[in-house]
Amino acid sequence: MIPIATTRSVTGIPTGRLAVWWVVASEIVIFGGLLSSYIMHRIAHGAWSHYAAHTNTWAGGFNTFVLLTSSLSAVLAHKASVENDGPKAARLLGLTILGGGVFITVKAFEWTHEIHLGYTITSNTFWSFYYTAAGLHALHVIAGMVIMAIVANDARKGIALHRVELIGIYWHFVDLVWIFLFPLLYIAK
Amino acid sequence: MSEHAEHAHPNYVKVWAILVGLLILSILGPMIGIQWVTLLAAFGIAIVKAYLVAKNFMHVNVEPRFISYLLLTMLALMALFYAGVSPDVMKHEGSRWAKPDWVAAAAAPVAETLGEHGH
Repeated sequence: MIPIATTRSVTGIPTGRLAVWWVVASEIVIFGGLLSSYIMHRIAHGAWSHYAAHTNTWAGGFNTFVLLTSSLSAVLAHKASVENDGPKAARLLGLTILGGGVFITVKAFEWTHEIHLGYTITSNTFWSFYYTAAGLHALHVIAGMVIMAIVANDARKGIALHRVELIGIYWHFVDLVWIFLFPLLYIAK
Repeated sequence: MSEHAEHAHPNYVKVWAILVGLLILSILGPMIGIQWVTLLAAFGIAIVKAYLVAKNFMHVNVEPRFISYLLLTMLALMALFYAGVSPDVMKHEGSRWAKPDWVAAAAAPVAETLGEHGH
């Protein structure tokens, strides 16, 4: 039986894809509110540049490269799914999961180093924003990796290939959020 | 199968290469030490990268127009939130209110002590 999300098209797009766009829309408000709050506090408190100077630009830059590359493998997986090549789509999703794993690992080393230096979530408002924003983003990366593993397992068997595109849209959004987090937390010092 | 199959796929590797090039510029730009270059490198390039990802990887441009309107509405709500809240955060006094002295003190430049409790 074909799931209703695959075929139903009252709005002009399959319901499953519409649902993912709604998720993305709600995530814009979540991350948008957080980043807006950060920006207004950052402008109001010039002293925060003192704290921002301690974030590691090279680690942030490397992680941006990793996420951009994982987005490439996600969109190539989508292309493979359109060509009905489930095993290839699964392999490319596997690479995307690997990218997410590298991202989280780098972040873990980065946080460990910062915490050892005494910068914790309770140190001051800057570090509260830093750990909250980057932590919430990291949770989204982990959630994406888990969902992607489930989708890849099905895609490998040629099942529900339309879901490859859906998880890809979510993953690209997670990439987009990082594209803005990187300059806010690592570049503007 | 997705209707996205109907549109031609862009050269994704080329788009990725452009994104990586922009990333390198956004890291090197601030090293010059000029404030406007830093701001342009940090946020101008971020907007361009976001556009490239949304257009070429998320394929927003081939979705029905209401998807773009949906996303833009959320961005407008974000701007509304900023416009409504930022005066309370960024100003120290208004027509009928003033922040207490300790708030201004907390916003002052910090000492070199690491991990101190200030805003």
